[in-house]
Amino acid sequence: MKIINLLRSSTVSMMLLTGLYSAGPAVAAEPIRIGSVLSTTGPASFLGDPEEKTLKLYVERINAEGGVLGRKLELIVYDDGSDSNKANGFAKRLILQDNVDLIVGGSSTGSTMAMIPLVEANNVPFLNMGGASVIVEPVRPFTFKLPHSDRMAAQKVLDDMKKRGFTKMALLSDTGGFGKSGRSETLKLAQSMGIAVVSDQNYGEKDTDITPQIQKIKSSDAQAMLVFGTGQAPAIATKNYQQLALTIPLYMSHGQASMEFVKLAGKASEGVRMPTPALLVADHLADNDPQKRISLDYKRIYEDRYKIDVSTFGGYAYDGLMMSVAAIKKVGSTDKVKVRAALEQLKNFYGVNGIYNMTATDHMGLDQQAFRMAEIKGGKFVEIK
Amino acid sequence: MSELLQFVFSGLTTGSIYALSALGFAIIYNASRVINFAQGDFLMLGGMFTVACTQLGVPLYLAIPLGVLATVVAGALLERLAIAPAGNSNVVSLIIITIGASMFIEGVVQILFGKNQHAVPSFSGETAIPVGGAMLLPQSLWVIGVAAVIVVFVGCFFRFTMIGKAMLAMSANREAAQLVGINTRMMLLVSFCMAAFLGATAGIVAAPITMVVYDLGQMLGLKGFVAATLGGMGSGVGAIVGGLLVGLLEAFVAGYVSSAYKDAVPFVLIIIILLVRPGGIFGAKSVDRV
Repeated sequence: MKIINLLRSSTVSMMLLTGLYSAGPAVAAEPIRIGSVLSTTGPASFLGDPEEKTLKLYVERINAEGGVLGRKLELIVYDDGSDSNKANGFAKRLILQDNVDLIVGGSSTGSTMAMIPLVEANNVPFLNMGGASVIVEPVRPFTFKLPHSDRMAAQKVLDDMKKRGFTKMALLSDTGGFGKSGRSETLKLAQSMGIAVVSDQNYGEKDTDITPQIQKIKSSDAQAMLVFGTGQAPAIATKNYQQLALTIPLYMSHGQASMEFVKLAGKASEGVRMPTPALLVADHLADNDPQKRISLDYKRIYEDRYKIDVSTFGGYAYDGLMMSVAAIKKVGSTDKVKVRAALEQLKNFYGVNGIYNMTATDHMGLDQQAFRMAEIKGGKFVEIK
Repeated sequence: MSELLQFVFSGLTTGSIYALSALGFAIIYNASRVINFAQGDFLMLGGMFTVACTQLGVPLYLAIPLGVLATVVAGALLERLAIAPAGNSNVVSLIIITIGASMFIEGVVQILFGKNQHAVPSFSGETAIPVGGAMLLPQSLWVIGVAAVIVVFVGCFFRFTMIGKAMLAMSANREAAQLVGINTRMMLLVSFCMAAFLGATAGIVAAPITMVVYDLGQMLGLKGFVAATLGGMGSGVGAIVGGLLVGLLEAFVAGYVSSAYKDAVPFVLIIIILLVRPGGIFGAKSVDRV
């Protein structure tokens, strides 16, 4: 019996050994797991959809070139349906069940804020695409934000108004999170810059007619008008603006920086100004502009693959993925704490949204230079110097 | 003065869209006592099919009837595949089915046509017409005009055609209607087709103003429901008056009070109306025999 037992156990150990042996190289090739929670359906799908497309496209490309540190990337995406409660649940799943090495995404401010407590408690580097400043104020160790903040957008617009000598403006903002936050930032900045907000109007994100509000702006003595909102309503506002024959210059926030807006608003979009990342004006950038090549490459690759216009929102996901890869390469492993430290020390990182310089006190890393003021001329975005 | 006129134009345009949506609610309610929460999606489908046709190169004047036709087919399928199999389930179950159907339609549209908004060209140009200091879009005239024509058409249908009278009979007393030989199942199908037709038409004439996106129906449907309840559920005149009232109120509140309260006002109004006149403005007084 003993002999048989011995034989048995030795066979088992032999099997284990061979098993381990053959598993050896497989362990080294363990994929790098990148988790993502995006709003690919629901009202915020105009953000989540291009983000998901971008992440899939570039993970595929990176893997085709051999991956990172000799390891393939594995992308795990969950769709929160534009519901921040679900974003929280999926973040938990990514961290506890899927064991991801880092998370890119959170499409909106709401989803991102719902995920923050989890990533911070579990020390997972988190690069998100939420818009509002509150995500990185105060700075949280593992949370990094890719898009420009609404305050920077408001700053860019008000600077341009000031340059044109306007002292009275009208503000039209949506009643959703993005518009509310944008409104309060704009009001604060306007006050400090000596621009009076003579008409302050709101609209609902799903409104189909905004003429009464714009009529009121028309009756005020505003010299320029800013619309702060995302989604389709600003395009409707632009059409209403044309209908009511307003002559004061019209500005949009960066929430409309896509060809989609031009398509929807049609001729009414001519002459509209808005702050945009370099991506949309890439064709017109000077050849020595460091952002020109990277922006044009992203645009070409994305449009070749999906046959639809590139949007700045997908660009945020691109920067998030590339930044993660850069940090992992620098550290030489996926050690979460080290990757976090590497992200915080990222300097002169050229993304499609601008040049990122992260510091311990700034987890967004973009400065005012990252925004370009663009005007729509002949159905195209043209940079205004 | 020109400001007031501008608000009236705005209110009448959106009000007409709400009215047509409300009329769809009324027709299905009369035939089945069901509040069809997929009514808003009919508006969206009409616009969406038209957009899809124009993208395939079909000229607009052909794309519009095709869009209406496709939506009517969708309405008939909804009745055949979702409502009819439920048979004699109680009204609440049927209402829940329509909510499910609405989600299903939006999901399918997301997959087939994408999640982006689509613009539809205006029927007769984008140049606004100045009227007494206010600016009126030619498309607004289309919306108001088409709404008026359809209201007359629906009125005549119920008054002068056999099918229309049969549907009225059904709304008065379903069992009695069945006893005198009215095919109530058929009538239900007809009512869904009509509601889809109304929705699609409203959705298409409004599309150049509202643009089309897969979840457009949620808000338009909800406002249509408010309008129908306000006017009196099941009343044709009530649906029209309710729709125009909600549209005008929204415009005036946005213009004179604050745009922040615009959406709240119709809902507050509905609470008041239902407290004072539970049947709505034109609704029949409900009398229960004790």
